[in-house]
Amino acid sequence: MRDKGLIFGGLGIFLVAVTFPVWYNVAAGTTNKGPEPKLPAAEKQCVAPTETMRTSHMDMLITWRDQVVRQNRREYKAFNGATYEMRLTGTCLKCHDNKAEFCDRCHNYAGVQPYCWECHVDPAHLQRSGG
Amino acid sequence: MDRRKFLGIAAGASALAIAGSALPKVIGGGSEGGTEPSSAVRWAMVIDPSKCLKKDGCTACMDACDKIHNIPDFHDPKHEVKWIWKEPFENAFPEQENKFTAEKFKDKPFILLCNHCDNPPCVRVCPTQATWKREDGIVMMDWHRCIGCRYCMAACPYGSRSFNWLDPRTHIERMDPGFPTRTKGVVEKCTLCEERIARGEKPACVEACPEKAMVFGNLSDPKSEARQLLQERYSIRRKPELGTQPEVYYLID
Repeated sequence: MRDKGLIFGGLGIFLVAVTFPVWYNVAAGTTNKGPEPKLPAAEKQCVAPTETMRTSHMDMLITWRDQVVRQNRREYKAFNGATYEMRLTGTCLKCHDNKAEFCDRCHNYAGVQPYCWECHVDPAHLQRSGG
Repeated sequence: MDRRKFLGIAAGASALAIAGSALPKVIGGGSEGGTEPSSAVRWAMVIDPSKCLKKDGCTACMDACDKIHNIPDFHDPKHEVKWIWKEPFENAFPEQENKFTAEKFKDKPFILLCNHCDNPPCVRVCPTQATWKREDGIVMMDWHRCIGCRYCMAACPYGSRSFNWLDPRTHIERMDPGFPTRTKGVVEKCTLCEERIARGEKPACVEACPEKAMVFGNLSDPKSEARQLLQERYSIRRKPELGTQPEVYYLID
């Protein structure tokens, strides 16, 4: 075992190199936590169960859009019997009044850039910019 | 009956049958003529220019429309976006070709907007069905679907459609969050305030007019104010000779 130092030294360097991503993320404070959208404090019930909204809100918004614009149908009968007006700013943003802390947090995490806001107006943003 | 005679009779009968089914279509000419509207609701506008001209330089209807629909102002006629606007009588009604126009209308500004035609040429040319005629007569637009080809602008004989050459967002004086803006590369026009009609309200221009010069109503209803006005008074429409069947009427007596 003449090369003991060399072997264990090399192994040590190898282990550090292999586990470098782990150390790096620990040092940088990265976690595997998902995004944490801020839910509205006052309102507890959305237009559909949370699971459905989480996975399919985009499909629902497209359906709403087509029904309102193309078929002039504006009322949405929710799963619990309640009726909502199909509006992005008027209905969704009425409860989810903080787009930056709700919509954007997940969208940024997932790296998606929905183009809703190129035309539709976020009232909260409007107030802040004094427009 | 021999074979030759039978074939002759058969050919004659089928020719008659074909002519019989095709002729009424040719003579009827599709949507031509002042027939009763076919649907239960047919929204239309009746404008009384004499009332409109009472107040010199009034822009109440245009201002109301600009405000609630987030219409941009680029301060450049080349980029003008307009839903409702003014044009001198002679330009609005070029087919009148009168040598002497009545003094009360000569060079006077007339209020113009999308005519929501019964036979809209813009709808025929749109390649993506971003514009279409609703059952209640409104020529509607889906800005999500518009690809900005501007065929509709070429087809519209009234200049009712505008194109966003620049980003309109930066040129809106006061943004109303209740209505979306448009984006660069999209055509826009008057929608007869369909979002207000859905709530049971009148179009914003009609409501804003201090002289009540604009009357909005259902032409399918013989008792509606609009229909009554058209029955009692003499009205003209813009470029009716084109067969577009515009549904904005101007009372000129």
